[in-house]
Amino acid sequence: MQSTELEINKIRDDFPILTRTINGRPFVYLDNASTTQKPSSVIKKISDYYSFYNSNIHRAVYHVAEEATDAYELTRNKVCKFINATSLEEIIFTRNATEAINLVAYSWGRKKIKKGDIILLSEQEHHSNIVPWQILAKEKKAIIKYLKINERGNLSLNELESYLRKYKEKIKLISLCHMSNALGNIVPIDDIINIAHEYDIPVLVDGAQSVPHIKTDVKIMNSDFLVFSAHKMLGPTGVGILYTKKNILEEMDPFICGGDMIKEVHKENTSFNDLPYKFEAGTPNIADVIGFSAALDYLTNIGMENVRRHEIDLTKYALQLMTDLKHIKLYGDTNLNNRGGIISFNLGDIHPHDLATILNKYGIAMRSGHHCAQIMMEKLDVSATSRASFYIYNTKEEINIFINALDEAIKLFRL
Amino acid sequence: LSDDIYREIILDHYRNPRNKGKINNPDVVIHDSNPLCGDQIDIFLKVEEGQIKDIKFDGKGCAISQASASMLTEMVMDKPLTTAKDISKDEILENIGLTNLGPARIKCALLSLKVLKMGMVKYYSDKEPKTAEKIEEDSHLY
Repeated sequence: MQSTELEINKIRDDFPILTRTINGRPFVYLDNASTTQKPSSVIKKISDYYSFYNSNIHRAVYHVAEEATDAYELTRNKVCKFINATSLEEIIFTRNATEAINLVAYSWGRKKIKKGDIILLSEQEHHSNIVPWQILAKEKKAIIKYLKINERGNLSLNELESYLRKYKEKIKLISLCHMSNALGNIVPIDDIINIAHEYDIPVLVDGAQSVPHIKTDVKIMNSDFLVFSAHKMLGPTGVGILYTKKNILEEMDPFICGGDMIKEVHKENTSFNDLPYKFEAGTPNIADVIGFSAALDYLTNIGMENVRRHEIDLTKYALQLMTDLKHIKLYGDTNLNNRGGIISFNLGDIHPHDLATILNKYGIAMRSGHHCAQIMMEKLDVSATSRASFYIYNTKEEINIFINALDEAIKLFRL
Repeated sequence: LSDDIYREIILDHYRNPRNKGKINNPDVVIHDSNPLCGDQIDIFLKVEEGQIKDIKFDGKGCAISQASASMLTEMVMDKPLTTAKDISKDEILENIGLTNLGPARIKCALLSLKVLKMGMVKYYSDKEPKTAEKIEEDSHLY
């Protein structure tokens, strides 16, 4: 075995859920773009907190509260290292990536966006990177424009540049996903940020799909904001991360207000806490933030380059087999270097929900629907697709089971 | 395997839907969708003397939603409105032979019934507000 190849069996042993059977068959989990499974180390970390040092953080002076505070802040440290941020002050915990975008739209957007300003998105954004901006735009009478995608789901840098030349003073923010959750296409985000910065326009990167799968370095990427969710990278639900450059954070007003985000409260006025606590009001999701540190350790031990290599390997294998299926329609970029471990497809006139129901009989968890990307679906002229998405514990044997189930569906629907 | 859901009758109605299309100048037209699947159903009704003289459905979506809409139109065609308004969800599920659907897919199977009931509410709303209210209460059950 090559040193870079993942030791899949060893990895699989770390995930209790993978020993389950569904309808008498081994559980094949192919919905990783939605959420990933959790290794025992993450589950144990959460359980240990509740079992041995459950207490509130940042305030109390007794022993277990200090343990809890240390553990919570240790995760911040690990996140900071994982994405190579400059300081801990730039790492803010939210509930999920969605809340992180809402935080930016509220705290930064309401201050910076004025009437007639333009927020530039793309047609392939997840609803969470559209709706907060639509609400902001409505409030401020600002304008939202969408970079087009072509039939393969790719953006054009030329179109971006022509927008920037045409509206340079008006565009106040570019907010784009690094990897499409519906198609898996990877956006040339470093180039986009370089171009945007030539025009002094900040860029928010929705890293919900990319950070779990591609090595992320905010110093190289140079994004102004980066959001992602712990639960899509082996961590618990209920933890999101907002990374923001410190100079930008310093200008932002609080989002949620209450305890822990204040310095002093008087009857007439209040002064706010330092970064990052100014943006973390109330008792946070302590247990799950602590649990997330075990997920970061797990991914760091494997190495993100190896995660990526494994997913390219699986995607290549699956695409080769799927291309031969009758009436298959595959979406997304055909170049494996431009896509993550997500395969979006349709099989003849079988509706994706029917296909997902059939696959469930074979123990397979696969997603179907519009994947919260209805603007993209409209553009591709489909109402829904089926989507299989992979992670570190998936195997070629599982892809064989998946292909076999697709064959059975083709027979059942007599395609 | 899978035959329990995708039986011949469902595939037949999916591939050859009955009463599919539009009615010109309908007495009632009503639309709803299922945000989960993106299933969409429009129902057109022509009513004469308390009878459903014509019913058509238009829509797109999964086999279960479209087949159950097709079967529903057959169930109520030429029937009195009073019969149609009393159709229960169990009747629908039995009729299409799917009594063991999970919570997600049951919404697909019942979408057309929901749309039909919404249509009835619309039809009765100025004629018999009390009846409309009653149907509306029932239609919130699914």
